Amino acid sequence: MPVDNNGINDRATSLMANESAMQDGALMSIRDLRVWFELRRFGFGHAGYVRAVDGVTFDLPFGAAVAIVGESGSGKSTLMRTLLGLHRPTAGEVIFEGNNLSKLGTKAMKWYRSEVGYIQQDPYGALPPFMSVGRILSEPMVINGIKSQVERNRRMHKALEEVKMTPVEEFLPKFPHMISGGQQQRVVIARAIILEPKMLVADEPVSMLDASVRVEILKLLRGLQESHDLAVIYITHDLSTVRYFSERIFVMYAGQMVERAQVADLLNNPLHPYTHALLEATSDPDAANAHKYRDVPPGEPPSLVRPPTGCRFHPRCARLIKNLCDQEEPPEFEPAADHFAKCWLYK
Amino acid sequence: MSEWPLLNIENLLLHFRTLKGIVQAVDGVDFDLDYNQAVVVIGESGCGKTSLARAILRLLPRNVRAYSGKVDLAGCNVMELDDEEFRQQVRWVKISLVPQAAMNALNPVLRVGDQVAEPAMVHHGMNKEAAMEQALKMFDHVGVPRDFASRYAFELSGGMRQRVAIAMALVAVPDIVVLDEPTSALDVLTQAGIMNMLKRLKQEIGTSFILITHDVATSSELADRVAVMYAGQIVEVGDADRFFPNPLHPYSKKLMNSVPRLRGDVEPEFITGQPPSLIKPPTGCRFAARCPERMDRCTEEPLMVQTGKRRVKCWLYA
Repeated sequence: MPVDNNGINDRATSLMANESAMQDGALMSIRDLRVWFELRRFGFGHAGYVRAVDGVTFDLPFGAAVAIVGESGSGKSTLMRTLLGLHRPTAGEVIFEGNNLSKLGTKAMKWYRSEVGYIQQDPYGALPPFMSVGRILSEPMVINGIKSQVERNRRMHKALEEVKMTPVEEFLPKFPHMISGGQQQRVVIARAIILEPKMLVADEPVSMLDASVRVEILKLLRGLQESHDLAVIYITHDLSTVRYFSERIFVMYAGQMVERAQVADLLNNPLHPYTHALLEATSDPDAANAHKYRDVPPGEPPSLVRPPTGCRFHPRCARLIKNLCDQEEPPEFEPAADHFAKCWLYK
Repeated sequence: MSEWPLLNIENLLLHFRTLKGIVQAVDGVDFDLDYNQAVVVIGESGCGKTSLARAILRLLPRNVRAYSGKVDLAGCNVMELDDEEFRQQVRWVKISLVPQAAMNALNPVLRVGDQVAEPAMVHHGMNKEAAMEQALKMFDHVGVPRDFASRYAFELSGGMRQRVAIAMALVAVPDIVVLDEPTSALDVLTQAGIMNMLKRLKQEIGTSFILITHDVATSSELADRVAVMYAGQIVEVGDADRFFPNPLHPYSKKLMNSVPRLRGDVEPEFITGQPPSLIKPPTGCRFAARCPERMDRCTEEPLMVQTGKRRVKCWLYA
């Protein structure tokens, strides 16, 4: 793939050109998205930026499930919040069905929020403790002007049946503390789908749940995604759950997307050294694990205020190319079909 | 090796009194641990894992209803000691604990070096310099750079804080360290780094570990032996190299099948139903209601049966 390295903008255009084929049928397109937070000294002096998301480009087709994988501090939560319209992008665009998110007015934003469901990480924290399940589920409908009580009831029943909380009548009057963690997460999911959105954003939806419930919730989400043809962005740090859930996987490191591929391609043939390290560090239950040490890259993820020059992973990388990786930022290469890696090894 | 196992627990019981009734958090637990061995206790949340750690270290809340059983530490029944003797002779010196979320519980106004040195001063009567030297030695073992000793907890990353918490548990050179969910709040790479460090500690200073976790995959990184806990009881104990490929108890099987795997094409299954309430646990086998291999006999409580070197609490093997 010919890539122009003269500057960020040229690279973004070349990427856009490359992906224009994919763009047909994209529900959401993200173009060179940057979200920087200004650091201030003593309240007003400028002291630099935290570059939480720094040049992310991808497309989300209709009805596709993608996973964004990264460690804490990789910018995945900031990316998610920007997609939900909670942060304004510093540069770049988020385009949802042809509408640029940062140009939407208050009313259009309300429409956008009804099209995107959000599944929070901690179900107990996400549910207001003084509202019954029935009220929690009515709230989005009240806000979005579904006035008919009959219609509200119909949707509540349908949503709760879809998340397998039956008999529905039994759960409607209950308060969040009266139901188990798994059931709380089901209510959160029901609330996210009650307005029949086109897209769901799930932020580590199972990390607070018990191992035995995790798989159940993931399968439930997968089922909803298929039956409703929903696009789902699944944000996680746990690679082992990704393959049961999504078709594509994006790996983030220090605010950038370092590898994008189909799930099977990425798991069987990881290209970026960071992805290698992540896979190496993920264990399966096996008694042999106790007798060997895992290969963990030294150091910690870099500060996003002054990220390393060149490739952001180079200070920890075992396959560092001197005078290249530490100086020039790698563009995205495509060494195998539909498998992109932001790494100089594949130039 | 001495003739006594390092730790031998028999019929350990810890019940709490609550407004709703008596919670049987730990209900007749038996297991033993040898020198330089790591046993992992796995199970769902609410099955009494943390209460087991508290019962072993006698860190009891006020609403204890019943606390009994036998805890033999190198041949000496520590249950017979009174609280002050237990504090002086056992806690930190023989058994220490890294509680859940310990890394967030470090004192924010003390330098981490001073915090790590403190148990050595209190329990071994070391003077400040000697204790500090001991603390720095532990920093080397857990992989924290020595100059971090003069930093405060908020200046360290999560992984480094967790290492500091482990250094603190090691500084009085205990025989056993109890780790309660040591890696559950950490990133994948940090988690792997901590597990590497624990393995190295086991080899270098010969500490024994009791690792309490719900994460079966990570637990296999350290385990010599595995104890599966369900509803306040241990339902299976066995060597790791036999347990992981072939769990015996129906609950252990279900638990192993629920683990999502990165390698190999096994579809994970979930365990239907919920663990029983510990207030009025079902009579008979506590797993019977969720068990696919339920029999008529399961209404009676099964005994712990020895099969080879493994023990399992299930009528299938009686």
